[in-house]
Amino acid sequence: MSRMQNVVIETVKTALGWVPAQWLPGGTPDPLIERRVALGRQDSRLDGPAKVTGLARFAAEVPMERLCYGALLHSTVTRGRIARLDTAAAEAAPGVVLVMTHRNMPRIGTLALIGVSDLSAVGNSSLPILQNDEVRYNGQVVAAVLAETQEQADHAASLIEIDYAVEAAKTRFDDAKAAARTPASILIERNHVLVGNAAQEVDRAAHRVDNLYRTPGHNHNAIELHAVTVAWQGETLLVHDATQMIAPSANALAKLFGLKKQQVRVLSPYVGGGFGGKGLWDHQVVAVAAAKLVGRPVRLMLSRESVYRMIGGRSPSEQRVAIGADADGRFNAIIHTGYSVMPPYGACPEQYTMCSRALYNAKSFEIVQHHVDLDIVPNTYMRAPGEAIGTFAIECAVDELAHQMGIDPIELRRRNEPERHPLSGTAFSQRALTTAYAEGAQHFGWERRLAEPGARRDGEWRIGMGCASGSFPYARMPGAHVRLTLRRDGTVNLSCSAQEMGMGTSTVQVQHAADRLGLPVEAISFDMGDSALPAGSMAGGSSQTVSLAAAIMAATEKLTGELLRLAGNDSPLAGLRARDVQLVDAGIGDVADTARHESYRSILTRAAREEVSVIAAGSPPLEMLKFAMHSSSAVFCELRVSEVTGEIRIDRLLGSFDCGTILNPKTAASQFKGGMIMGIGLALTEETLFDARNGRIMNATLADYHIPVHLDVPEIDVIWTGIPDPRSPLGARGIGEIGITGVAAAIANAVFNATGKRIRDLPITLDKLL
Amino acid sequence: MNPLSYHRALSTADALSRAGDGAARLLGGGTNLVDLMRKGVERPSALVDVTALPGTIEATAEGGLLIGAAARNSAVAAHPLVRSQYPMLARAILAGASAQIRNMATVGGNLMQRTRCLYFQDAAASRCNKRIPGSGCEAEGGFNRYHAIIGTSPSCIATHPSDMCVALAALDARIHVAGAAGMRTIPLVDFHLLPGDRPDIETLLAPGDIILAVEIPPSPVARNSAYRKVRDRASYAFALVSVAAGLSVREGSVEDVRIAFGGIAPKPWRAFRAEAALRGGPATREAFEAAVIEELAGATPPPEAAFKVELARRTLVAVLTELSGSDR
Ligand SMILES: Cc1cc2nc3c(=O)[nH]c(=O)nc-3n(C[C@H](O)[C@H](O)[C@H](O)COP(=O)(O)OP(=O)(O)OC[C@H]3O[C@@H](n4cnc5c(N)ncnc54)[C@H](O)[C@@H]3O)c2cc1C
Ligand code: SF4
Repeated sequence: MSRMQNVVIETVKTALGWVPAQWLPGGTPDPLIERRVALGRQDSRLDGPAKVTGLARFAAEVPMERLCYGALLHSTVTRGRIARLDTAAAEAAPGVVLVMTHRNMPRIGTLALIGVSDLSAVGNSSLPILQNDEVRYNGQVVAAVLAETQEQADHAASLIEIDYAVEAAKTRFDDAKAAARTPASILIERNHVLVGNAAQEVDRAAHRVDNLYRTPGHNHNAIELHAVTVAWQGETLLVHDATQMIAPSANALAKLFGLKKQQVRVLSPYVGGGFGGKGLWDHQVVAVAAAKLVGRPVRLMLSRESVYRMIGGRSPSEQRVAIGADADGRFNAIIHTGYSVMPPYGACPEQYTMCSRALYNAKSFEIVQHHVDLDIVPNTYMRAPGEAIGTFAIECAVDELAHQMGIDPIELRRRNEPERHPLSGTAFSQRALTTAYAEGAQHFGWERRLAEPGARRDGEWRIGMGCASGSFPYARMPGAHVRLTLRRDGTVNLSCSAQEMGMGTSTVQVQHAADRLGLPVEAISFDMGDSALPAGSMAGGSSQTVSLAAAIMAATEKLTGELLRLAGNDSPLAGLRARDVQLVDAGIGDVADTARHESYRSILTRAAREEVSVIAAGSPPLEMLKFAMHSSSAVFCELRVSEVTGEIRIDRLLGSFDCGTILNPKTAASQFKGGMIMGIGLALTEETLFDARNGRIMNATLADYHIPVHLDVPEIDVIWTGIPDPRSPLGARGIGEIGITGVAAAIANAVFNATGKRIRDLPITLDKLL
Repeated sequence: MNPLSYHRALSTADALSRAGDGAARLLGGGTNLVDLMRKGVERPSALVDVTALPGTIEATAEGGLLIGAAARNSAVAAHPLVRSQYPMLARAILAGASAQIRNMATVGGNLMQRTRCLYFQDAAASRCNKRIPGSGCEAEGGFNRYHAIIGTSPSCIATHPSDMCVALAALDARIHVAGAAGMRTIPLVDFHLLPGDRPDIETLLAPGDIILAVEIPPSPVARNSAYRKVRDRASYAFALVSVAAGLSVREGSVEDVRIAFGGIAPKPWRAFRAEAALRGGPATREAFEAAVIEELAGATPPPEAAFKVELARRTLVAVLTELSGSDR
C-alpha cells in the first residue's frame, strides 16, 4: 500500500463522516434481524451427507481420461543459480511424460499480488515461476515431472540432478531487522500511528509494563493437501482446484496464459480446509503450463512436505508492547510496535498491531510495524493473520499490568473499554465486549480464580486461570454477485462462485434466502464453487457470509421489483411499490395490509413465466468506513502445570463471543471451536523449525510439526451475546477467524496464574517452565 | 521411492535366504521403513516382509515371556501377561505413536526403528554422519532439542526414539536372532550401539540377520513398575525424556530396582550406575536424587537439550518416589 492510498482512503472516510448514517447501507437495520425463521436455527450442513458418504469430490479426485500425474522438485538451497541441471535420467525413467524446468516451461508473466487495491489480484508471490535459473528461497519449485502414475512421477523427480551456485542469503530475523522497511500503510490503515507522546507517557505513568513478545513462524496444515486437476479443452482451460478464491483465480490464470476470462473455468465445490493457505500458488500455474505442453490433463497434488516448502504460513514476529496506566488503571499510553517477515515479493503484512488500535482507550498511542526481508517462501494469510499473534502480545501485557497493580484483569479491561473507536473517534456499530466478559466470567466461574500465582494445587500440578480479549475486524467484500432464479413452482436457485471450505457457506445462505424470500429452506438450492457462475467474493477475512448476504439482499430487491412489474394491475398487489411490500408465505404481501398478498406461483403463472432470474451485486461496503466494526471475545482458560516436568494440560477453555447475530449456532460453534483449537496450537505446540543456517524448514511433516492432538484439547465451551449489529446484513459479523484470537494470551495468562512464570515466547513448551 | 521387489516370507529359512542379499531389507509394519524410503533415506531394492513369521506371545518355562518379532505393538500392550507382570512395558508401548501406528508396528521393527533426528530424515539437503559416514552432523548447531545428552560422540548426537525398548532395557530382555551362522541371543542393553565414530552402525545385527523374538525373564521387581513419558504434547509425540522403573522396597531400603531412560541417549539407556547406588540403600528422595545425579554426571547436552538433564532428574525422582510410596 502506498502513501497515495492512505490519502485516498482517509479522504473517503472524511467525506463519509458528513453523510448521515441512514444513507449508508445498513442505516436502516436489515429487517431480517427481527424476522428470523430459518436463521438462528441449528440446521445441519447441507454438504454433510455428501462428505460423510464420500460422494463429495475434491480437486484431486476428479476422474479424467488420459490423466497424467505431477511431482515437484524443490530447491535445497536458499539463494543462488542452477549451475548444472541434468534431467536425462528422469526423462528416461519409466512412465515419464514430461520433465519441465525453466528451460522448457512456457514463458509467462508474474502474478499480481493479493492486495486491497486490486481485488482481482490473488498472487501470494510475485516471483517468476520456472522462468529462469534463479533460486530465491529454499523450497522453491525448480522442476516438475509428469508421468503415467504418481509413483513414477515421484521416482523420476528424485532422479533429476541439480547443482547450485550458491549465493549469500538473508535468513536471520535478528540480523535483518536493521534493514527493515516501514511501509506507509498496513492493509487499509495508516501504519505509523502517533497520538500524543506515548513514549513520554509510559515513562511518567504510575504503573507501566514494557516487554517484548515473540511468536514463531507457522505452517498451514489443512487436512486436504493443495491439489489441482487441470485440462485444456481446445482453447479453454478447466481447473479443478482447492481454492478460497475461485473467481479471481480464474481471472489471474487467464491473464497469465493470455486467455479471455471466459476461457478459464475454475471449479472448487469443496475445499478440505483453507485457513488462508488455499490461494493461488506456483503449483496451479505449473500444472496448467505442463498440461499445455503435453496436451493431456494433469493432476498435481502436493505432498505434505511440498505444502511446507512452497505454501507460505504465518510470519514470525517480535513485538514490543508497553502500557502506561495512572493510579486508577486508566491507560495513558499504548505502544505496540514490532517486526515481522514480509519479503518484497510477498503479499501478507501480518497486521499484528491492528487489534491494539481498537481494544482500549488510551491518552496516547504509538503503533508501527516493520517488515523484515528474508529469503523465504512468502508468508501468507493464516487464520486471523495479525490478530492471532497481536492479541497474544497486547493481552499478555494487560494481564501483566493488572497483576502488577493488583487489579482483576477483567476489571482493568472494563476501566479502559472505549465508547468510540479510540483512534478515529468514529462510533462502533455495535460492541458489547463488557457483556461478553460478564457472561463469560459467570459461566466459567472466574470468581474461583485466586489472584496470587501458584496458590492452587492438586498433587504435583499447579492450577491457574487466565483470560484475554480476542478481536477481529468486520469486513465485507465489494463486488460479490449472485444469481437468483425463482421458478414457477415456488423453488429458488441461488448461484455464484462462492467457496465451501467446510464452514457451512451454502447451509447458512440457504437459511438466509429462505427467510429473505418467505420460503422454507427445502425450496432453496445453492450452486457454488464454479467460476462460470456469477462472481462471488473470496473466502477470506471472515467476510464471505456477509458479502454473499448483501448480494442476496440486492438480488431479492431486484427480484421484488421484477415481480411487482409482472404482477401488474390484475394483482391484489396492484399499485404497491417495492418499499411497501415484504416477501412472506411464498409470495409478496403488503406490509400495511396482510390481506393483500399474491404467491410467487400465481404471479408467474399469470405472467406465463417459467421463471424469473436476476443477477445483482451487494452494495458497496461503505458501512465499514463509516463505523468502527469489530467482533470481540472474552476467552477463559483453566489449566494445570506439572511442577515436576513443566507439562501443561488445559482443563477448560471457554469463549464468550460478541460477533453480531449468530446465523446458525451449530456451524458457528464449530468455527469458534476450530479457531480456539488452533489457538491452543499457537500457544503450546506449533512452531516452524526454520534453520537459519540454510534457510530450510526442518519439520516439514505432521509428525515433527506439532499441531494439538485430541488429548491436548479439552472440553471447549462457546457462548455468545448474539446482539445484532444494526449496520451489517443480517446483523452478522464474521466468525471464521476470531476464535483463534485471544486464546494464546488466555493460556499464557493462565500459565502465569498457575506458576508465577511469565512466558513471552511462543510456543510455551515445558522446558520454559522447568 | 525407488522401484523394488517385494517378497512375503513364510518361514524363517525363506526369510534368511532372501535377507542374505545385502540390498534387501526386512519389512515389518512399514511404519518407519516406508516413511524413510519415501524420503530417500532408505533405498532398498528388495523388501522381505517378515510379518508372517511368528508373532505369538507365550509364557516361558521359567515364568517369563517370549514375544515373536512379528507381534504387533498393540497386541503386546494388550496381552494379559504383559499387563499383569510387566505393566511398565504395556504403558511404554501405549505411550508411543498412535493407535493406528501401534496396530501396524511390529516388535522387531520397533527395536530397529531409526532416529527421528530432523537432519537424518532430510536426505535431500542435510549432512548426516549416520546416513553418510564422514559427511558431517548438521544437528550440531542446528535443531537438537530432541537430541541426546549422554552416550553421544562428536560424530552423532541422535537419540534412539523407542518407548518400548526403554521398558525392555529395564526388564533385562534378550533378543533372539537368526543369522547365517545360526541362532544367538543378545541382551537388549547390548543390542543397540553407541555412535562412536560409526553412527551408521546402530545394532549388533549383521546384514542378513533376523530378529525372531524378544524374551523377558521373570522379574518380581517389574510388578511395581511405571513408565513415565514427558513430551511436547499430550499424545503422539516422541519422548523428550522417559523413564521406565521398577522398585521394591523392604523396611525402608531398596531391595531391588530397575531404571532405564528414553529420549536422552543414542540407545535405550539402562541406568546401571543409579541402580547400583540405590540397591541396598535407603529408599528416600535424597537417595533417588543422588543416584540420578551420579548417573547423569557425564552428560554433555547440546544447547537446545540442556534442559533434559534437569528434566531427567526430576522425572526419575518423581517416578521412584511414587513407586516407593505404593510399595510401602
Ligand atoms: C508419526 C509417528 C510417531 C511415532 N511415535 C512413536 C513414539 O512416540 N514412540 C515410539 O516408540 N515409536 C514411535 N513411532 C515409531 C514406531 O514405533 C515405529 O515406526 C515402529 O515400531 C516400527 O515398527 P514396524 O514394524 O512398522 O517397522 P518397519 O518400519 O517395518 O521396519 C523398521 C526397521 O526394522 C527392520 N525390521 C523389521 N522387522 C525386523 C526383524 N524381524 N528383524 C530385523 N529387522 C527388522 C526393518 O528392516 C527396518 O529397518 C512413531 C512412528 C511414527 C510414524
Ligand atoms: S545427530 Fe546423528 S543423525 Fe542427526 S545429523 Fe548428526 S549424525 Fe545425523
